[in-house]
Amino acid sequence: MGQASLLEVRDLTVAFESRYGLIQAVNGMSFTLKPGERIGIVGESGSGKSVTAHAITGLQPSNARVSGEARLDGVDLLRASKREMRRVRGERIGMVFQNPLHCLNPAMKIGAQIEEAVLAHTGANKNEARQRALELLDQVGIPSPSRSAQEHPHHFSGGMRQRVMIAIALACSPQIVIADEPTTALDVTIQAQIIDLLAETCEKYGAAVILITHDLGILAGFAERIVVMYAGRVAEQGDVDSIYYRPAHPYTLGLLQSVTRIDEARRDRLVPIAGNPPSPVLLPSGCVFHPRCPYAQTVCSEKVPALERVGGTDHLAACHFADEIGALRAVNTAS
Amino acid sequence: MADAAVTASAPELQAPALLPPRSLLRQLGGDRTALAGLVILVLMYTAALAAPMIAPQDPNEQDVGNRYAPVSFEHPLGTDNLGRDELSRLLYGARVSLFTALGVGVAILAIGIVVGSIAGFAGGFVDGLLMRIVDVLLAFPSLLLALAITGMLGPGLLHLMVGMVAVWWTDYARMMRGLVLSMRERPFVESARAVGLPGRLVASRHVLPNIVGPVIVLGTVQTGRLLLALSALSFLGLGVQPPTSEWGAMLSEGQQYLASAPQLMVYPGIAITLAALGFNLLGDGLRDVLDPTMEH
Repeated sequence: MGQASLLEVRDLTVAFESRYGLIQAVNGMSFTLKPGERIGIVGESGSGKSVTAHAITGLQPSNARVSGEARLDGVDLLRASKREMRRVRGERIGMVFQNPLHCLNPAMKIGAQIEEAVLAHTGANKNEARQRALELLDQVGIPSPSRSAQEHPHHFSGGMRQRVMIAIALACSPQIVIADEPTTALDVTIQAQIIDLLAETCEKYGAAVILITHDLGILAGFAERIVVMYAGRVAEQGDVDSIYYRPAHPYTLGLLQSVTRIDEARRDRLVPIAGNPPSPVLLPSGCVFHPRCPYAQTVCSEKVPALERVGGTDHLAACHFADEIGALRAVNTAS
Repeated sequence: MADAAVTASAPELQAPALLPPRSLLRQLGGDRTALAGLVILVLMYTAALAAPMIAPQDPNEQDVGNRYAPVSFEHPLGTDNLGRDELSRLLYGARVSLFTALGVGVAILAIGIVVGSIAGFAGGFVDGLLMRIVDVLLAFPSLLLALAITGMLGPGLLHLMVGMVAVWWTDYARMMRGLVLSMRERPFVESARAVGLPGRLVASRHVLPNIVGPVIVLGTVQTGRLLLALSALSFLGLGVQPPTSEWGAMLSEGQQYLASAPQLMVYPGIAITLAALGFNLLGDGLRDVLDPTMEH
């Protein structure tokens, strides 16, 4: 606290025009990111986490309607011109995407693709760009950089390609790296390596990280703060300890109960969250989670809960019964 | 090969086996289909170019006393109904047929690529307008339309070429547009945008290079089809005018003597078939070699 925030997202709302009418993908999303901070955005498919990332970087599809604000050092990215956004992308915000197998141009050598990213925003000449590319390849742990730079992507495994993507994201030393499900397409053994690499390299460059994932487990050792999204809204946000040990939203609780843990007494079964995420065309009334919530009361289907402070300083939850849910979990852990 | 076997058994976390970069030509050489097509075409185009040197005599020189001559040392494929040397006419005919097909092929490739790219990148109204024009042209039977245009302009090789170009650029335009549209949605194009590259660089470095392969394949196969269409139109008397030799025109002349001298139709028929086969084989081979989904 006290430190000025680097990125401040307020009331971000993204809707898509479609033949079924407006589809609300993100609804009043707010969070802040401090310089060098690592936050995680968690949610299931369709919860709006990727759409949020795309809207912040101006990469949303043409049928998207975006409102709210996203201030990077005071400049609102949602109102910046295309030209300004092009400079923000790559130079100030680097991105790593979900599918490393298809995120590199198959017709271009690895080295050239990194050089291109370097040349896009720095005044480097061809030679300096080449040196920088080799240096980046080395930093992300690609063996024999000078030889690898001459290879085409199909010679690389998924994990290697994701390393290259990280190198590209860091090419211009951005202030923020947004990693959108960077490990989803990778083997479990490689996932940890990539997350560690992301943490290590971003720390070296002093870049803040927004890690978008559906896997709470990945965030445990990585993020300082976590934003839990459900159906385009923030369900809960707080520091890692609050989220893991004092969840105040039934959805977060459900997510935690459906993950295997080794630091708790052995449970016989995982408890899945009943039902399916709602269709964004037809969102439930009141609290969007109430049809799946085991603790739902009448008020839940009538009134939209506000995102309010629970207990800790930065711990917010959007639940009418946040305090009771928090107490519930505390009892569970104790027993 | 021994090297590959060694690296394949090495631990998986090591760098994948690094193959030396192979040129397109070397890859083609390894593909029998493509090689066969390439050899046929190279031989035919070389023979066409070298016609003045290798033809036994002037293709238009008549020897009325020596009509329908059988195969001999002087006339390797005999003579036709006017006593002209058949081989010489085939060789000179190759110049017209093969290079006209190639010329028309290159022209429609150029037009199609430009129109298709504009439609694909611009989108919106421009895209709609261009594609409706293509739709209208595609709604006509193409050979008939080419025939009508050439007929209006009057017979002649140049007019025939104009007619063919006017009709056949549509396939490329439509294909290019489709390729541009599908390529724009690829994750690596999004990555390129995420790096902050300007639109023209995204198009020239990331979209277009990945489209070259399918376009070359279509172009090759299409040139074979153009050769057939050209022969058909010439057969109908719309192309070159006598006495210039051209394969389709030779077929047409030979048709009158089908019963007494079938070889006059057989030779140009074989030439046309062989050339078209060459283009198809090369096209198929190129498809295998250039297919980006096939990783070597």
